[in-house]
Amino acid sequence: MKVPFSWLKDYVDIDVSAEQLQEKLFSCGFEVEELRYVGEEIDRCVAGRITHIEKHPDADKLKVCRLDCGEYGHDIQIVTGADNVFEGALVPVALDGSSLHGGVKIKKGKLRGVESCGMLCSGEELGINDDWYDGADVYGILILQDDVPVGTDIKKVVGLDDYIFDIAVTANRPDCQSIYGIAREVAAVLKKPLKPVDLTYEASAFSTSDRVYVHVEAPDLCPRYIAHYVRGLKIEKSPLWMRRKLALSGLRAISNVVDITNFVLLELGQPMHAFDLSKVEKNEICVRRAHAGEKIVTLDEKEFELGENNLVICDGAKPVALAGVMGGLNSGICETTSEVLFESAKFERANIRRTSRALGQKSDSSARFEKGVDAYTTGIAINRALNLIEALGCGQIACDRFDIEEKAVSPVVVRTSYSKINALLGIEVPKEEIKGILKRLNFNVTARGDDITVTAPAYREDIEGYPDLAEEVIRMYGYEHIRGTFLPTAQVTGGGYSAEQRTEERVKRIARGQDYNEIITYSFISPKDYALLRIGEEAERAIRIKNPIGEDMSIMRTTLAPSMLQTLVRNIRRGNACARLFELANTYIAKELPLKDLPEERKTLCFGAYGAAEDFFTAKGVYEAIAAEFGISFTYEAAERPFLHPGKCAKVLLNGEEVGYFGELAPDLAEELAVETNVYLGELDYARLRGHLSDRIRFKPLPKFPEVSRDLALIADEGVLCADLEKGIREASKYVTAVRLFDVYRGEQIGAGKKSMAFSVTFTPHENAFKPEDVDGYVKRILKHLGEKFGVALR
Amino acid sequence: MQEHIEKIRADITAGIEAAKSGTRQELFELKMKYLGKTGEISALSKGMRDVPAEDRPAMGKLVSEVRAWAEKQFEETEALLKKKELEARYKSERVDVTMPARFIETGTQHPVSLVKKEIVECFDGMGFEIFEGPEIEKDYYNFQALNIPADHPARDMQDTFFVTEELLLRSQTSSGQIRVMENKKPPIKILSPGRVYRSDSDATHSPMFHQMEGLVVDKGITLCDLKGILDEFARRMFTAETKTRLRPSYFPFTEPSVEVDLSCHNCGGKGCRICKGTGWIEILGAGMVNRRVLENCGIDPDEYTGFAFGMGLERIAMIKYGINDMRYLFENDVRLLKQFKD
Repeated sequence: MKVPFSWLKDYVDIDVSAEQLQEKLFSCGFEVEELRYVGEEIDRCVAGRITHIEKHPDADKLKVCRLDCGEYGHDIQIVTGADNVFEGALVPVALDGSSLHGGVKIKKGKLRGVESCGMLCSGEELGINDDWYDGADVYGILILQDDVPVGTDIKKVVGLDDYIFDIAVTANRPDCQSIYGIAREVAAVLKKPLKPVDLTYEASAFSTSDRVYVHVEAPDLCPRYIAHYVRGLKIEKSPLWMRRKLALSGLRAISNVVDITNFVLLELGQPMHAFDLSKVEKNEICVRRAHAGEKIVTLDEKEFELGENNLVICDGAKPVALAGVMGGLNSGICETTSEVLFESAKFERANIRRTSRALGQKSDSSARFEKGVDAYTTGIAINRALNLIEALGCGQIACDRFDIEEKAVSPVVVRTSYSKINALLGIEVPKEEIKGILKRLNFNVTARGDDITVTAPAYREDIEGYPDLAEEVIRMYGYEHIRGTFLPTAQVTGGGYSAEQRTEERVKRIARGQDYNEIITYSFISPKDYALLRIGEEAERAIRIKNPIGEDMSIMRTTLAPSMLQTLVRNIRRGNACARLFELANTYIAKELPLKDLPEERKTLCFGAYGAAEDFFTAKGVYEAIAAEFGISFTYEAAERPFLHPGKCAKVLLNGEEVGYFGELAPDLAEELAVETNVYLGELDYARLRGHLSDRIRFKPLPKFPEVSRDLALIADEGVLCADLEKGIREASKYVTAVRLFDVYRGEQIGAGKKSMAFSVTFTPHENAFKPEDVDGYVKRILKHLGEKFGVALR
Repeated sequence: MQEHIEKIRADITAGIEAAKSGTRQELFELKMKYLGKTGEISALSKGMRDVPAEDRPAMGKLVSEVRAWAEKQFEETEALLKKKELEARYKSERVDVTMPARFIETGTQHPVSLVKKEIVECFDGMGFEIFEGPEIEKDYYNFQALNIPADHPARDMQDTFFVTEELLLRSQTSSGQIRVMENKKPPIKILSPGRVYRSDSDATHSPMFHQMEGLVVDKGITLCDLKGILDEFARRMFTAETKTRLRPSYFPFTEPSVEVDLSCHNCGGKGCRICKGTGWIEILGAGMVNRRVLENCGIDPDEYTGFAFGMGLERIAMIKYGINDMRYLFENDVRLLKQFKD
């Protein structure tokens, strides 16, 4: 919201600087995002009078002028090429060392041998046009009106000596989306009176209703509709004061009637519209929902096909405006317009927002309506527009109007107490202070002891209850009065992580203990990421975002592997020699597609590693570390995944149930990715695992008698797995408590297709100590069992 | 016999002298030659039987003298050899202590997790529980119950990703407020961290980022309590000198609403590049829980009041660790990750 300082001063006697006002606004909830001095580019440029002109001795087209610039010099010589200068003219003079629009610097110099101590300026060189100063559009030097003394700073003359506040207005304060709305706040914060806007006008004897019939068929979308007839119009240029205000606010002046609607929009925040009544068919205006398929061409010459959700203003035959968004090309003001119907309406904001979005058509008007326009302002804005018609002397005003309001909005009344307001704030704001603040903000306050009845001003449709009043009070009283307290009235609560959350932290700690570094990657990935991993069909089962930023971030991942692989590859490409990474994050599993209810958010653990020191078994380490920490045992079976090496891929099982997989990146995929190091990748279904991860600790008594270890080197066929033998060993003796493979040997002595696997087996006695021959017996039994089951022999 | 003893003495002296440059095994063998069961000195003791009875005491003395002498010689020499041997070993086993160690490094927490952990540690001692809600959320929880009806202008404050008409990627962890209050009655003190999503991407915005929501609902909770809790948070999270500043703002689910600024930890409030000369850094949004929100959750707003606050974890990580581009946080370059030790 751009607010010119000078415009605010029309309503409030501001006795602080722009910077001080910025501070004040900030403290009461209006952040000034930018405070810009309008004439910031222009420096050392003053009004000067041409006292003498003579021809340049060596150049036909140049003139040598002598200027009186008051305190800056009474006889300054400047050479100019302009034709429109004359002796006695008052002109803008850029002195030696001055700056102009566009960063132009002016220095003393010689033109064809004659000294020139500056430059005479055109309007363009000052960055202004006719909207700022009459004559500024003229080709040549800007001839000033003779109403300022010589030496006056040119910025003060042409309207550049001003500030623009660019104010961020929060969504709850649509009433401040206008100059006057901000002025109300400024008056309150500076404790100054607010000058009223002149809403008076003199009406002629003719009637609006004799000329046109106005009716509203969709009152739900149009709570208030006011239409007032003005005739005998002369379409011409607006006066300078109005054009300059529009220019300061960034709008171009067009013609008086259009400028009045724009002026009221800026001043009061009410979008206005004016229909050329000569173009309205059948003397009728109707506010209704569009018929399906109905079309309109808006002022900017775009055609839209409408539906029942779009509100239109129609004449007796066709839509003439897309309500609240833009007028129709067929009913716009033109040079020959002689009679108009002024519209000031409150359209339901949600509908305008939907229409504007659905059609992709925006305007200053729709932006205001989306934020919300209050019915009170709708009423005063029409009067202001008519007041300006009169002020500009450009038409005759009907004596009556249509004002269609199904249900008049009554001001909000809050019955509360001083103590309730203070109880929410936690401090004691004096009663008189509360009352004073609310009154300054135009609330009506009647007090009876502690109880107060507060009537909100009609434009404050955001006020609902006493907390809103508390906010009004504290933002004016000052947040610096809020002193920290530490929940003196609250009950004590336990707090901290739940057991489940603690377990999660513990799992992450174990991963870190194995030098895995935590990563965080986006939850949405690309269908291409699935395709790269050759699991493209899985993308079909993933949840799609309806409005993604791009295809790259369009589906909610069902696996963390693609993101992990990408992260590993990025690290490899950046020349990082090795890395171990993990992520614990949700995957999103739809129960059905399209999604009808919340999907399952499945916590998943993903591990990735690469580097010279990594192999399949170092990669396996982290899974075993987790198992060891929680006292569970994973089993592993050879498995296949489309993106992993078929000979180096395992699924991870817990109690026979698959809970994950890991393996080496498939060599051909590695080649595709130009990755030359071994990459390992795996996932654990943490959601499934979680139930088995207990933090319960139960002490197991130490064995009463010494344990005995035996090393067994077993010769087996290549196809026999370590896990088979381990299981066999355990099966054969109930005293076996640990089996650990410590060596594998292949060689001539063993024979082709065979391997020797050396296990260290620990036997733990139960009730009685082992006798020497006991363990021998167990070993014999183990060997017999393994022999029968796997054809294994002792080496 | 006396001569024999003298000879043994001389032999041992010569033998030991030679053994000093030999091994301990050679010395041991020499010792056995004289002091072993069948050694020459032992033989002397056995030879006592042949000595006339009257000479036996004198000879016995001589023999035990030579035995004691020999034992001492061997003992001393052995100690000498042992010392020499150790010295040689020390010399041969000397390592270059400046060579690199072998150890397993400890992995790191992502900076966002680290910040989350620190925040949780600030608050859990104050009695805050940690609640995690769903990321794919119903419009109701993300917006409507938070006093943001459909087509409310406040929806423009956040560009939301939708999955269906009714389901979306939560744009704020505030959705957790509703889920907690629906199931739990006051006293409530929760923190709700998690991933949130907005359709926005540049140096200071990421389409996915993390928020931490805080909520307290109980009897007599005031704006001063909010300030007190956040002061404590600021001191623990940054420095003991860090101050907070409240200023008015707007969120549909709180009233009054405030933005909370921290005094700049870099310049201490004097104004610098990091705080853009203002001395303050905007860090979170907060306010007193809107009565409508309490009502939506079946909590009587006349009996209970509360406050809520929400902050972006990436933003805090960036401020705290001096990271200047949010995108670094999602690149996961191990050289960055390794800097964030637990």
